[in-house]
Amino acid sequence: MVKKIENVGCPFCGVCCDDLVVTVSDDGKKILEVENACVIGSTVFHRAMSERHTLPRLRQPDGTYKEISYDEAIDYAAKVFHNAKKPLIYGFGSTNCEGMAAAAKVAEKAGAVIDNCASICHGSSFLAIFDNGYPSCTLGEVKNRADVIVYWGANPAHAHPRHMSRYSIFPRGFFTGKGHTGRKIVVIDPRHTDTAQMADIHLQVKQGHDYDLFDAFRTVARGHDIPAEVAGVKREDIIEVVDIMKKARFGTIFYGMGLCHSDGRNHNVDIAISLTRDLNDFTKWTIMAMRGHYNITGPGVVWSWQYGFPYCLDLTKRDIAHMNPGETSSVDLAMREEVDAFFNVGTDAAAHFPIEPVKRLRKHPWITVDPHPNMATEISDLHIPVGIVGVEVPGIVYRMDNVPVQYRNVIDPPEGVPSDEELFERIYERLCEL
Amino acid sequence: MSELIVKNGFVFDPLQGIKGDRMDIGIKDGKFVETSALGNPKVIDAAGKTVMAGGVDIHSHVVGPKVNVGRLFRPEDKLFKSPLKRGNRMEMGFSVPSTFKTGYDYARMGYVFVNEAAMPPLHSPHVHEEIRDTPIIDNAAMPVFGNNWFTLEYLKNNEIENNAAYTAWLLRATRGFAIKVVNPGGTEAWGWGLNCESIHDPVPYFDITPAKIVTGLIETNEHLGLPHSVHLHCNNLGNPGNYVDTLDSLKLAEGYTAKNNFGREQVLHITHIQFDSYGGDSWRTFESKAEEIMDYVNAHDNITVDIGQVTLDETTTMTADGPFEHSLRGLNNLKWVNTDVELETAAGVVPYVYSPNIRVCTIQWAVGLELALFAKDPMRTFISTDHPNAGPFFRYPRVIKWLMSREARDATMKTFKWLERTIDATSIDGIDRELTLYEIAQMTRAGPAKALGISNTYGGLVPGMDANVAIYALNPEDMPSDPEMIEKAFSQCAYLIKDGVVAVQNGEVVAEPAKRTIWVDVKVPDNAQVQRDIYEHFLRHYSVGVENYKIFDEHVHNPRAIEVDATQ
Amino acid sequence: MAKKITLNMITQRSVEEGVGIVSGKMSPEYFEACSIIEMHDDDVQALGLFPNQLVKVTSECGSVIVKSVKGRQTLYPGLAFIPQGVYANQIVPPRTQATGEPQYSGFPVTVEPAPLGEKRKSTLELVQGAVGLWRGD
Repeated sequence: MVKKIENVGCPFCGVCCDDLVVTVSDDGKKILEVENACVIGSTVFHRAMSERHTLPRLRQPDGTYKEISYDEAIDYAAKVFHNAKKPLIYGFGSTNCEGMAAAAKVAEKAGAVIDNCASICHGSSFLAIFDNGYPSCTLGEVKNRADVIVYWGANPAHAHPRHMSRYSIFPRGFFTGKGHTGRKIVVIDPRHTDTAQMADIHLQVKQGHDYDLFDAFRTVARGHDIPAEVAGVKREDIIEVVDIMKKARFGTIFYGMGLCHSDGRNHNVDIAISLTRDLNDFTKWTIMAMRGHYNITGPGVVWSWQYGFPYCLDLTKRDIAHMNPGETSSVDLAMREEVDAFFNVGTDAAAHFPIEPVKRLRKHPWITVDPHPNMATEISDLHIPVGIVGVEVPGIVYRMDNVPVQYRNVIDPPEGVPSDEELFERIYERLCEL
Repeated sequence: MSELIVKNGFVFDPLQGIKGDRMDIGIKDGKFVETSALGNPKVIDAAGKTVMAGGVDIHSHVVGPKVNVGRLFRPEDKLFKSPLKRGNRMEMGFSVPSTFKTGYDYARMGYVFVNEAAMPPLHSPHVHEEIRDTPIIDNAAMPVFGNNWFTLEYLKNNEIENNAAYTAWLLRATRGFAIKVVNPGGTEAWGWGLNCESIHDPVPYFDITPAKIVTGLIETNEHLGLPHSVHLHCNNLGNPGNYVDTLDSLKLAEGYTAKNNFGREQVLHITHIQFDSYGGDSWRTFESKAEEIMDYVNAHDNITVDIGQVTLDETTTMTADGPFEHSLRGLNNLKWVNTDVELETAAGVVPYVYSPNIRVCTIQWAVGLELALFAKDPMRTFISTDHPNAGPFFRYPRVIKWLMSREARDATMKTFKWLERTIDATSIDGIDRELTLYEIAQMTRAGPAKALGISNTYGGLVPGMDANVAIYALNPEDMPSDPEMIEKAFSQCAYLIKDGVVAVQNGEVVAEPAKRTIWVDVKVPDNAQVQRDIYEHFLRHYSVGVENYKIFDEHVHNPRAIEVDATQ
Repeated sequence: MAKKITLNMITQRSVEEGVGIVSGKMSPEYFEACSIIEMHDDDVQALGLFPNQLVKVTSECGSVIVKSVKGRQTLYPGLAFIPQGVYANQIVPPRTQATGEPQYSGFPVTVEPAPLGEKRKSTLELVQGAVGLWRGD
């Protein structure tokens, strides 16, 4: 008899849908069907078992990989940590909090820098939050109260496919019984994205000029005049949107990489937060970062309670933690060639960093911890496979709105394959012996 | 397991009425025993020292999402303010320390139990993760109910039994400890950017007044017979003239008697009441009304309070009183975090500097001390700083110093820029009372334990209780003339014994005995209506499924359940 | 018809790229999803491209061969889009403005028809090739 497992969390994006229903085979080893997931989430489950290695692979002098035991791999990894002056552990977009805590313990013991994908993603948000705070809410508040939604530099139709149907545009919440028809949707994006297709208003801002546009919004909100056109958007359109925002009963600005990756980085987010603060003088507004991965919020949360900082943690002194994005951030460390060993965990730096820092990191030992082969595993010295969180390994993850979601597993990991938490605990023990 | 004997110390145990007698304390297998039951105990020499039960903190924000965002958004709270690592893990942060530092610092002060002041139920797995990473001390956490949609609807319809069933369900779903109420009604109004100005101001849509929320929850609490009482953060906190609202809130407890099997006698605990004891009608006329408040508290023994003492530090305010935090942001224009939590509550976090150069701050300082010094029953008035709101918890020894020494208060007052104006607006200058070690023990262990309903396990040195002992380098027969030594002694205990294990010695952590998560497991009759309501709200309104909302067993660290049978 | 034009490049998520990632970065899904560039019709015309023609995109730090496709999500003239990932990162400048974040969006590129004979490379060739581990296949 096949088994239907309900309330399954999806391990892909920051929407953290927890209503998936996964049908597994009688022997509990095969995933047969996935209901309620978007196309990406569905693919995660269906492709879980393909291309799996069940033993670590060590790069040989001739460039090929040879399988070794987990004990040997753990020994190798511990020795790399032990011998390196400034190892960097990076990633953690796609693993559970238990794994992040165990990796931090290793970093503290070994004297390493530990960083996560926010470094190349919502790091700009952290920098802005450090200066300006974060007036936000949980996604259920948006669902139940919001009548105006602004997507600024974010494209959930592509990056968070069920965001609009679960939380922001379509659901009929407690005070939002009219669903879509009771909400006004504004999309601000240089492209007419698929998200913009669902909008009532699309402002086609000139790329890289969001700061100017935010400034214009704030100016209009405070009752002052602006030029005929700002950042490619006409004055009338700006005034119209600000008016809609001021008349909202409850509004939320969802923003993404359009702000974080463009010129100005954190300043774009900072002024977005300032606009939200301003709007709270008139009515209720919140702002939310569209976190990309299902648990990229996790390391920020876990390392904040353990060390006080959400990313770019330099633990190399072993007795105190230091954070200074720009100095202790992964890409900058890589470009300045300050790192002499690299651990890629739950991410793919070889695919997602620009190629130059990849080259510089590759000059030193590179170990990748990941269930599947990816660019990082294919250039590493050592690939250690682990169980897939959310599919094979349960654990706590943090959704984009910082709400913890308890994920289950639907199948077991392949025989002998540990979880990230187990792996790092074993590396920690080996490190203590060295 | 092992046997210990704490020899020759001056013991202060208000739960047994022991006021500084020189006596030995026997410990075996992690519990107190009669010394006659010991065979070959290890000796802890407490000669010339003060011996108390391990400290019990009734209200502190140490674990959870708003605490953590306080850490995350304040890198400056770590920079140049963190000590070098001494123990097993790094210790980072000043006003919002990392979880490891929290556990170690509480242990260094001789504390063994900390009651997390507020847990947003939706975030309970987060709270429990942080509890796991807080070493040595036992933790409980109080879910917030005062703005919860279920609670508002049941109490509006006077459905106490239904509210009780829901409360029991929520305590189990979150492994919570007690009924916490923050700015009742006002934080739901804050979902629309509004507030409830007084306890008679109805909540938008739900149309129930804060007064009715509080009385309904008191009735729910006594109906269930929970160990602790309703724990209330009053409406209109922080504003000049709010003492009238506080008196209104206090009066809500009139006529109610505590019903429980845990020795608790109060039906209402008002927390950080310093922030609610203000007179005047503007910041210019801001003044202390601590005496008026304590007149009432002293005369009504079904009330307990903790003071929420301002310590004159740069700190971080964080509370579920969303509208208050928003207005604080308007006062100092600093960075502001806000999180509204669906169906349940909200939180706000704003840094704040309590400066001795600011008259309002120095008046606030006086208010807190007055509350404690006017207290007639130290078993009902407890020391706290609403950590970190009025100051970091590691300032408790400084608060103790101020309460025990007029000289210390004078020394601090001499640093005030507006000393004369502060004296005019308060009574502090006219108070010579100095609390005794016994009274301090009442206010920091026996009293809070009794009020929490855990005095059969914590807060005393009675055989059968958990063997938690704090030994301080203070000789009651030869107290130091320099009040700084009082602060030093309470900051770095000579010994902390937790569950019979020496965890701290001379202010240094030497062992990390396993810590526990304390929660309350209430049995209630099956209630189909409430089950249905829960199903409906989760289906339509929550953003997480009910089966994922309830915390999984494996995420609760070393739980100890306090069983309550409310099936009558 | 220009031989080369300068555009402002952005690189971000697409749902096809998301499916590609979880299918595996060596999969055909990933290849088709990520080795593409979307430009405005005016710019495509200015370059004289026929549909799906290969182009060479060059930035201050490198170049990459990708396929010019017509996407659903219209840009404005002067703006170009390559989905984030292996192909985009051949040309994304690593400069972070001291924030840790590379210049994933908003950097100048020149676009020209791909020189004759130059094809799109596989992800493995691009990444392994960059670090000297490419053995050909």
